[in-house]
Amino acid sequence: MSNFFDKSDLARKDAENIVSDTLKNCDDGELYLEDSKSESIILDDNKIKSSNYSSDLGFGFRAVSDEVVAYSYSNEISKDSLKSSSENLQSTLKSVKGTYNNEIPKSNKKFYSDINPIEQKTLNSKLEVLNKVNDYLRKKDVSVKQVTANFLGEHKSVEIIRSGGEAITDIRPLIRFNVSVMLEKDGRKETGVYGIGGRQAYDDYLQNDNWKSVCDEAFRIASVNLESKPAPAGEMKVVLGPGWPAILIHEAIGHGLEGDFNRKKTSAFHNLMGQKVANEGVTIVDDGTIDNRRGSLTIDDEGTPTERTVLIENGILKNFMQDRLNARLMNTRSTGSGRRENYRHVVLPRMRNTMMLSGNQTQDEMIKSVDKGIFAVSFGGGQVDITSGKFVFNCTEAYEIINGKIGSPIKGATLIGDGPSILKEVSMVGNDMMLDPGIGTCGKAGQGVPVGVAQPSILIDKMTVGGTKL
Amino acid sequence: MIKDQDFLEAKAAYCLDVAKKIGASDVSVTIGHSISETVNFRNKNLDESNRSDGLAFSIDTYIGKKKSSISSSNLLNENLDILIEKCYETTKITPEDEFNSLPDKNLLADELKDLNIYDNTHINNDKKIHYLKELENIASEDKKIINTESSFTEKKTNFILANSDGFCSGYKTSSFTTSCVAVAKDENSMERDYEYSSKRYLDDIKDPQTLGKLASYQTIRKLSPKKIGSEKLSVIFDKRIAKGMLSAFASAISSSSIARGTSFLKGKINEQIFSNSINIIDKPDIIKGLGSKNFDSEGIKSETLNLVKEGVLKNYLVDTYNGRKLKLQSNGRSGGPTNLYFENGKQSYDELLKTNSKCIYITETIGHGSNLVTGDYSVGATGFFVEDGEFKYPINEITIAGNFKDMFKNIFLANDLNFEYSINSPTMMIEGMTVAGK
Repeated sequence: MSNFFDKSDLARKDAENIVSDTLKNCDDGELYLEDSKSESIILDDNKIKSSNYSSDLGFGFRAVSDEVVAYSYSNEISKDSLKSSSENLQSTLKSVKGTYNNEIPKSNKKFYSDINPIEQKTLNSKLEVLNKVNDYLRKKDVSVKQVTANFLGEHKSVEIIRSGGEAITDIRPLIRFNVSVMLEKDGRKETGVYGIGGRQAYDDYLQNDNWKSVCDEAFRIASVNLESKPAPAGEMKVVLGPGWPAILIHEAIGHGLEGDFNRKKTSAFHNLMGQKVANEGVTIVDDGTIDNRRGSLTIDDEGTPTERTVLIENGILKNFMQDRLNARLMNTRSTGSGRRENYRHVVLPRMRNTMMLSGNQTQDEMIKSVDKGIFAVSFGGGQVDITSGKFVFNCTEAYEIINGKIGSPIKGATLIGDGPSILKEVSMVGNDMMLDPGIGTCGKAGQGVPVGVAQPSILIDKMTVGGTKL
Repeated sequence: MIKDQDFLEAKAAYCLDVAKKIGASDVSVTIGHSISETVNFRNKNLDESNRSDGLAFSIDTYIGKKKSSISSSNLLNENLDILIEKCYETTKITPEDEFNSLPDKNLLADELKDLNIYDNTHINNDKKIHYLKELENIASEDKKIINTESSFTEKKTNFILANSDGFCSGYKTSSFTTSCVAVAKDENSMERDYEYSSKRYLDDIKDPQTLGKLASYQTIRKLSPKKIGSEKLSVIFDKRIAKGMLSAFASAISSSSIARGTSFLKGKINEQIFSNSINIIDKPDIIKGLGSKNFDSEGIKSETLNLVKEGVLKNYLVDTYNGRKLKLQSNGRSGGPTNLYFENGKQSYDELLKTNSKCIYITETIGHGSNLVTGDYSVGATGFFVEDGEFKYPINEITIAGNFKDMFKNIFLANDLNFEYSINSPTMMIEGMTVAGK
């Protein structure tokens, strides 16, 4: 655990006093301290292109009164710096009269261990794996023209000090290993990307030469795309494969169920609580408590223990995801969903691991039921317009379905749909729920946070496919 | 107060000194400071105030052709000592790369032009609040507007870039940004749109009335959209979207994509990639320009580049490392383009709209549907259906798709260029794109 005060002229007791003093007439707020170390090692174009290390230390001081948030951060942990932040907050919230809510739930559960993944594997052995990846892929096939592989590691230590001196801490390891390969055949180029990761040490993910299966998967996706034909354009049936395609759920449904957009009534879901928003077989949860997952957190960034929040149960909208601010204003409790990218940012309600649970149908049944449509297996990024509810995501591996059979691979195309109505178009839910490989980062209001997704195969009766072939 | 040059130079000199003493053969260091103050409003009330004050340090150490980098926000000398030592140790075990080196000495910027990119004016939060109140009062006048969110950010930065070849330079910049996002509702739909203004000088930002009116008008006109059928159509891109084509183009001609072979424009120098009416220019010395700079992130002097002349690709955006790989001299574009723009076309905006009896006019795209390896493009879009030059009704939940190679050759531009952003385009029409809807 980082001791944020031992190299500072700021004593813990002083910090506690400044926090209590500043927040005494506020409804909420805290001092958030963060010490993070991160590394990025990239192999590209046959060489170790860069090895970067970064260390970042700082605090964010937040005061909340009614709906107003005052925030000030600095990367200097000192008495002067905290005092000047305190003055800044007080100048914004000049005449507030709130009642500070001291209640914060407690839990002893931890969902990952206190390791520092950066120190647990030597730089040399990381370089060795990257070079092996490069050699392996380039020897695999003459069509391989470019290989990029990288390790990303992070060790983040946080402490939250609340008014009255209560302190809550967490240590968060996170790693990611990625491979991208570009193939060229008959003048045509295509890429394939695959990655793995989570909150354990690098070697937990690389046992038994597991890096080879990451390479094989990236190569397989690129090979499929080399054979792809132009994608169709227009409305049709879409079968989604299990696992990572659940970013559809994340974009289409997840963002719209975040507390802030619903308190502000800018989400298309804000007036649908308790109503049927999906077909019977659809249950969606957001779970921060799965061991070692990328989106898991022992506590959120306000100190609330995370939980498994049921968002939609058998088609009925049950809960929004809440941080403390939005929960208070909506007369409910925090679901442990308050997150921030780092100490430079305010807390927002965010997703953790968003999952659609299994039903009882098979992928085969879905494919067989489709006369004309597409089968989407993997995606790049997605995006949503919360207000209109329209969302998109980009296929990186997809096939056409003709008369109940999987046909040729098709080129990457954007799929567009309407969030509130898409779940009503889900007519079959598979029995094959799968977690994603641990690679997701969600962006909101300029802040990126690690997230996970999961789903079984599903059949969507109607979506617009943005191909070029009419 | 933003830290002055002396403080940053002293820190940079300290880092260079430490790194050289422990054995680095070459060193490059950047020290930066930035202060930003933001006030956010929502529905005519204060929602959030945010002040940030941050130092940043990054260093590249070289041992011959070996190179490694470290960055941190903690500029205490004892921390810098530890990190520079760690960087040097990492460099030792990093493999050699023959293309690693500091930039050519004779290309480094030797003088600083005054580009008018720093306005020392400070606007206090009370004045920001006053601006936002006026803005939201105007923006929410119409009853259809059910929510407004607006913000005012003042940002000041200063930096020093120094290397062990004797380069040491930097300068202050400022920006003032105001924005308004409105949500409108009618019996059929709820829609969101926005307007913003970002300038180097406080006096140049749009007045709150203009900004509020635009945000409100642009949101209300999107209400009750329809979905159209799937067909090949001409697509007109509003200026705020058209500049995205230039961003994609800039990524595709970056020397790193070219050197890696992952761009559809690799090997296209001196080839016709646009129709012969198209000229693209990157001009670093526009007075008050949002992308203006004296030198790139390596210290190399930036000069105006004609990237595309009469449709022919003339230059890539080249940095030192990738330039060496490609046997090209850096043209001062490490870190990307500066002020990038299409020159005006010949037709007026109205003439462009009337070119075809029907077309669609796009005001927003969503999704990351540009594949720069293949040139394939497919994104979600919202906008308007246009018939005989007139906006008929709003449309949404459609996609537009094509391939940049074909799209670039079918670009037609209006003559309404102005310099609102760092990347700017006149209103753009691309013929023959696939629109997917119903």
